[in-house]
Amino acid sequence: MTGHSPLSHIKAPPGPCNDHGVGTARRVPFPMEACIPFQPALGAPAATGTAARNPAARCLRAAERAFDHPFGPAANPLRQLGALAFWFFWIVAVSGVYLYIFFDTSVAGAYPSVESLTRDQWYAGGVMRSLHRYASDAFMLVTVLHLVRELVHGRFNGFRWFSWVSGVPTLVFMLISGIVGYWLVWDAVAQFVGVGVTEWVGWLPGFGPGLVRNFIAAEAMTDRFFSLLVFIHIGVPLFLLAAMWIHIQRISRPQTQPATALAWGSLAMLVALALARPAVSHAPADLALAPAALELDWFYLFPLPAMYAWSAGAVWLALGAAAVLLFALPWLVRAPRVPVARVSPANCNGCARCFADCPYAAVVMREHPDGKPGKKMAVVLDDLCASCGICAGACPSSTPFRSGEALVTGIDMPQLPVEAMRARLERALADGKTLVVFGCDSGAPVTQLGTPDVAAWSVPCIAQVPPSFVDYALRTGARGVLVARCPEHDCEFREGSRWAAERLAGTREPHLRPSVPQERVRIVEAAAEDADALGRALADFRAHLARLGEVPRRAKVKRIDEAQVSR
Amino acid sequence: MNKALKYGLQAIAYAAFALVIGYFSTFPRYQHLQPDEALLRLSFKHPGKPVGDCRERSAEELAKLPPQLRNKTECPRERSPVRAVVELDGKPLYDATFPAAGLKRDGAASGYRRLAIPAGRHTLKVAFNDDVRAKGFTYEHAATVDLKPGQVVLIDLVAERGGVVIR
Repeated sequence: MTGHSPLSHIKAPPGPCNDHGVGTARRVPFPMEACIPFQPALGAPAATGTAARNPAARCLRAAERAFDHPFGPAANPLRQLGALAFWFFWIVAVSGVYLYIFFDTSVAGAYPSVESLTRDQWYAGGVMRSLHRYASDAFMLVTVLHLVRELVHGRFNGFRWFSWVSGVPTLVFMLISGIVGYWLVWDAVAQFVGVGVTEWVGWLPGFGPGLVRNFIAAEAMTDRFFSLLVFIHIGVPLFLLAAMWIHIQRISRPQTQPATALAWGSLAMLVALALARPAVSHAPADLALAPAALELDWFYLFPLPAMYAWSAGAVWLALGAAAVLLFALPWLVRAPRVPVARVSPANCNGCARCFADCPYAAVVMREHPDGKPGKKMAVVLDDLCASCGICAGACPSSTPFRSGEALVTGIDMPQLPVEAMRARLERALADGKTLVVFGCDSGAPVTQLGTPDVAAWSVPCIAQVPPSFVDYALRTGARGVLVARCPEHDCEFREGSRWAAERLAGTREPHLRPSVPQERVRIVEAAAEDADALGRALADFRAHLARLGEVPRRAKVKRIDEAQVSR
Repeated sequence: MNKALKYGLQAIAYAAFALVIGYFSTFPRYQHLQPDEALLRLSFKHPGKPVGDCRERSAEELAKLPPQLRNKTECPRERSPVRAVVELDGKPLYDATFPAAGLKRDGAASGYRRLAIPAGRHTLKVAFNDDVRAKGFTYEHAATVDLKPGQVVLIDLVAERGGVVIR
């Protein structure tokens, strides 16, 4: 027997994904790749929820969604700014190694060696030099955009404070690395940078104006100083890399490599720029002359013109205030406290699915207190917990089929426990609702779908809904279940949307049982702005269910013995 | 979206990004000095004279001191600030006083100042005072300089070389 509407990953109603059949007798991998992207209707109403509250976030989301069209969500540069920053860092590192091979670390040799690289081997050294510069600029630009994006989306406080705060020093290290890099060329810009930086730093107590005396007379410059500059220019990026590594420590499976197409596309863009507009030196440094007009790299050298326009103290004050503000932001704008996941040791069998699925490394496995050798138990690190509920959806004991007076699962959310979800579902079905819709707080608002036959509710993340709830709803009287998840690369909790789809598709545990009539289950991908499209998807699903006719008889709900669950 | 349009839009996005990178990596051009300007750099590091006179300790005073500290002469530790005055063509251009370094003000005074001036022929007069007990200036020097645009003139104070150095 063949079903005519599989457990579909519907992204556009009607589309190819909701009308091709798969056998229901065997588990078929979920055909995600076959789906066409969800296209929101023109003139769709404004986003609801978080996006609607923040005009800047709405604008940013509009830009992100616009970029989804040409690049695809998986290779959308606006969704991969952090990964792009890592990519540009490695381009800078590799091109820097090449340049260092030919660089002469001496006062007399620095400039000629860079000129030789640029002119004599323009096809290699020249391109590498330009790549080094432009990738550095791109690195700074995408890092700042990454910061702004997370700021606008409000992802800087609460459990994210560590990632935010640890990102701030990377900007400082980048600035130092870039400024020192320009010094090494020892041309007019390098001279300007050397004098300017020492004037700037000399303003600070402890350094004094004597610092600049090293850069105002030719006899003060030594080869050893260039060795020191090289040491700083290599050493500080190592600190930068360490800071970047620390920055991603509270993220499970961090994406430090952009999508392949994006990586090669951006590299090709930089190479094209390097060939079209090669980076070149100014005239050699001459301390008897002050450079008048300079072509500065504004991504890194902006503090120096600012210093000459205002004063060294004003620039220190501005940058210091910005740094303090960035550091303090998570505490200046606090996230509301939300209860975090709680583990019930008696109901945790140590399967580690919550540990595997947590996007923020907030679950660790420790020795189980029952003392059985080798038995583990999940432990929630409160400070790291995003309260997304993905862990509760991953727990094999979060099944509504369990018997017992109280449904207590291994790991659960205090604000919306599995037992309350089951009770709510049972009440809705007892009230005559026949269509169940699960939605995500950050996605299309499902609670606005209210019609007499629809039981719709929203959870913090769609992956909080265990797949067994879909089965349970269909066995308890529902004619169909619609799961509205956020687009995969638009998930507020990084991986929840993907986990939900994979669980329902049977490629991730806990999976939806194969016996579930897949033609009565639909997964719809709908972002916060896709309320209208979700409404149409629901109408389409309702019509589809009407064509299917009555719900086939299936075994009544049989609650599982508690002893089975704990195994 | 068809492939041609998709790749076309990608190319536009990459080009826009490259344009931003390429432009701000060198432009807008920064005018550090005006084309008809030269630069005076006043830079010195010089220990001022003690703020007071030395005096001889009496026998009683010496007796009260530990044996290893019985210097006959006692001098004040604090050093004078250094005042620098620059005149260009008879007009005051710069006048500032730089304190001695250190918590006890017993170190050398350091000063730095960049002064953009019109290029051309000028009479430059530089004077320093490094002794609060002395009236007027302890070091003075005047010179005529003919400066090309962008040329740097360094003003230093080196006691071993006779005081004010203009080069």
